[in-house]
Amino acid sequence: MVNLPRWQIILVALVVLAGVIFAAPNLLLTREQATRMADEGSILPHQQISLGLDLRGGVYLLVGVDLSALMEQDRDNLQEGIRAALNEAGLLNSEIGIVGDAVEVTLPSEDEADRARDVINGLQQGLAITSPADNRLRVVFTEAALRERTNAAMSQSVEVMRRRIDESGTREASIQRQGTDRIVIQVPGFDDPQRLKALLGEPAVMSFRFVNENIAPGARIPPSYEILPAAESERRAGFPASYVVSKRVIVDGDHLTNAQATFDQDGRPAVSFNFDTLGAKRFGDATRDNVGRIFAIILDDEVISAPRIQSAITGGSGIITGSFSVETAQDLALLLRAGALPAPVQYLEERTVGPGLGADSIAAGEIASVLGLIFVVIFMVVMYGLLGAMASTALVINLVLLLAALSVLQATLTLPGIAGIVLTMGMAVDANVLIFERMREELYSGRGPVTAVDAGYRRAMVTIWDSNLTTLIAGVLLFHFGTGPIKGFAVTLSLGLITSMFSAIMVTRVIVVFWLRRRRPQTLAI
Amino acid sequence: MALIRKFPLDPGLNFIGQRNIFLAIAALITVASVAITIVQGLNFGVDFRGGLLLEARLAQPADLGELRNRLGDLGLGDVTLQQFGEPTDVLINLSNSAEDEAGQHAAVEAITAALGEGTEIRRQEYVGPKVGDELKVDGALATLLAMLGIAIYVWFRFEWQFGVAALISLLHDVVATIGFFALTQLEFNLSTLAAVLTIAGYSINDTVVIFDRVREMLRRYKKLELNELLNRAVNTTLSRTLLTSISTLIALLALFIFGGEVIRGFTAGLIWGILIGTFSSFGLAVPLLSYLKLRRSSGKEEAEEARAAEPSA
Repeated sequence: MVNLPRWQIILVALVVLAGVIFAAPNLLLTREQATRMADEGSILPHQQISLGLDLRGGVYLLVGVDLSALMEQDRDNLQEGIRAALNEAGLLNSEIGIVGDAVEVTLPSEDEADRARDVINGLQQGLAITSPADNRLRVVFTEAALRERTNAAMSQSVEVMRRRIDESGTREASIQRQGTDRIVIQVPGFDDPQRLKALLGEPAVMSFRFVNENIAPGARIPPSYEILPAAESERRAGFPASYVVSKRVIVDGDHLTNAQATFDQDGRPAVSFNFDTLGAKRFGDATRDNVGRIFAIILDDEVISAPRIQSAITGGSGIITGSFSVETAQDLALLLRAGALPAPVQYLEERTVGPGLGADSIAAGEIASVLGLIFVVIFMVVMYGLLGAMASTALVINLVLLLAALSVLQATLTLPGIAGIVLTMGMAVDANVLIFERMREELYSGRGPVTAVDAGYRRAMVTIWDSNLTTLIAGVLLFHFGTGPIKGFAVTLSLGLITSMFSAIMVTRVIVVFWLRRRRPQTLAI
Repeated sequence: MALIRKFPLDPGLNFIGQRNIFLAIAALITVASVAITIVQGLNFGVDFRGGLLLEARLAQPADLGELRNRLGDLGLGDVTLQQFGEPTDVLINLSNSAEDEAGQHAAVEAITAALGEGTEIRRQEYVGPKVGDELKVDGALATLLAMLGIAIYVWFRFEWQFGVAALISLLHDVVATIGFFALTQLEFNLSTLAAVLTIAGYSINDTVVIFDRVREMLRRYKKLELNELLNRAVNTTLSRTLLTSISTLIALLALFIFGGEVIRGFTAGLIWGILIGTFSSFGLAVPLLSYLKLRRSSGKEEAEEARAAEPSA
């Protein structure tokens, strides 16, 4: 025992040194310096503990994506697609309807049903067709197709939200898919949840369509037309409250390549846009053939502008002059650039912490940690004297190692996480208390200091393992099932247990052994 | 000068002799906790209840009575208001919060306006009813799994009697902690739940240390009468039990006093849990061991002891 293997001493020294090096950036660097070093790809350690939203301040949003709405829309589209394809194939007497999650087609005869089956089969992939009756077909999407569709919709939602947040100039936002239909968004340093939600939740589905001016409001509307309300700002500006708009889309938002906030010739805020080649051609053709008509620019089923076509617009670019303020024009341009969400979203959970509270929490956590440390050190020194001081040294090293581990692993430190650190400080001395109490027993049964120290470490080891592993089980389960701040608590608690076992067992042993070798005490004062 | 020298290695206290009293206390705590929880209910936080929570700092010290009137006049349903740390800080809970986003926004605006000029909204949390229910289920699941996981580990490392005793004392600790939150009506939220799980971990840590000593003594003193042996195991680990509990309590006390209002309830739960966990280790787990062992003591003891004597590592 007193002949501690050299490699163990070196290992302890290296780990402690590494701990000091990797913990140092938290104390020596400001957050700006650390970020700059990361940007420059510095090889010096610069990673700092990343603080959770409850300490930094920021917005946490849990968004649910309404996939059932997407499925419904897909079924509607499939129904329309089947109708068109059957008509084209000359199967004119079919009845098509949606029953549950399937599109059902009823034909006059079995023979025609067979032909219809071939037509539908050729329509698109991922369809499963069954025949509940000889002349009936039941068309559903296959499981694989639905899964693929869901995944694509989720990735697209994440992507669109990311673009919107990036475009708004916010840095460091994290947007992650969670489970089948949820997205977690965390934006540190942002304390206006309302603006964020407005930005993210807008479906931003845009289309250009013709307005029918010949139908009086209140008259019967042909099935190929619908009535859409005008945006509130338009109504307030004295434009009509609603329009009769064709369901046929001239060009939709997918064909936009760029959009910028700008001003029109009268100096009012406006949004300029560009089409891709196909969009430009369609828009050019439509405007050339319909000079003098009104078309509507529709965003999420609201008419935001309804200009009259003065001349063919063939350049592939144009300008929307609605009733905008500078800010709404900027937001619209941003939404158009980022693209449309594939499905509607809903806010399930929202947490915002202002910067003031976050800073107060950090300060309180720091004071509590430092005072907790001092109190525990005083207690240990009072109880165990010199050995207590050695255990306290290990306790400080434990803190350094914990800070280093949190920095290197880039684990997120939350307020309950700070509580975890304070708690492990109290519990970290447990291993040393176990060892010291064993030493005491050995001393009282008449053994010399060296044998007592040796036996103390050896015999306390099993107990230390068992007791720490059980707590670690709780920590791991907390991490697995917990969310947000709780995860942070589980991380510091678990890491703290591991570092405290190392420091209490290995570090104090090296210290105690060096002391024994140098001083050769005749007895231990415990 | 090391104060620990004043503490005898074996204080020779008669713990097992008092086991009926300890068990009665533990039973009383459990029954009282269940009763209080049923009668009073838990003060669920926004995490589990769903709804809206606002922490606001007012421009001047809060006049709670007047603010309550003003908030009540808004017609937002069930609004509760409480002081939170500083005299200018208030916490507002809205349980029947609007489910849709627009309604929630309107409620925040209305409350902010009612609190007066210069109000800073320091924290704002909204949890939809669906998520609230999910968090409840997940939380209950985590607690149950943690307890089971720990009990299985103890069973695996020791004998089944130890596992059963550990599980029962864990249940006692968890129930007693929930009872504490029902009694004090401190907010029960996600952090509190973490506190409960931590207590489970701490308490078992304590129990395992004593169990470990029991196992060791079972191997060493084959002829020693069981209750005598259990009593000596508790006594010889008593100094460690007290020292660790006190040092943990000291650290937690610093957190309770200086750690800020947000985690005060969480810390209070931890402090109570450390006390109850320490008690249950020697007051419940070990006496249970005595009863569980007694049932199988007759003919099998020799064989069991021989098995326990084999090196396990």
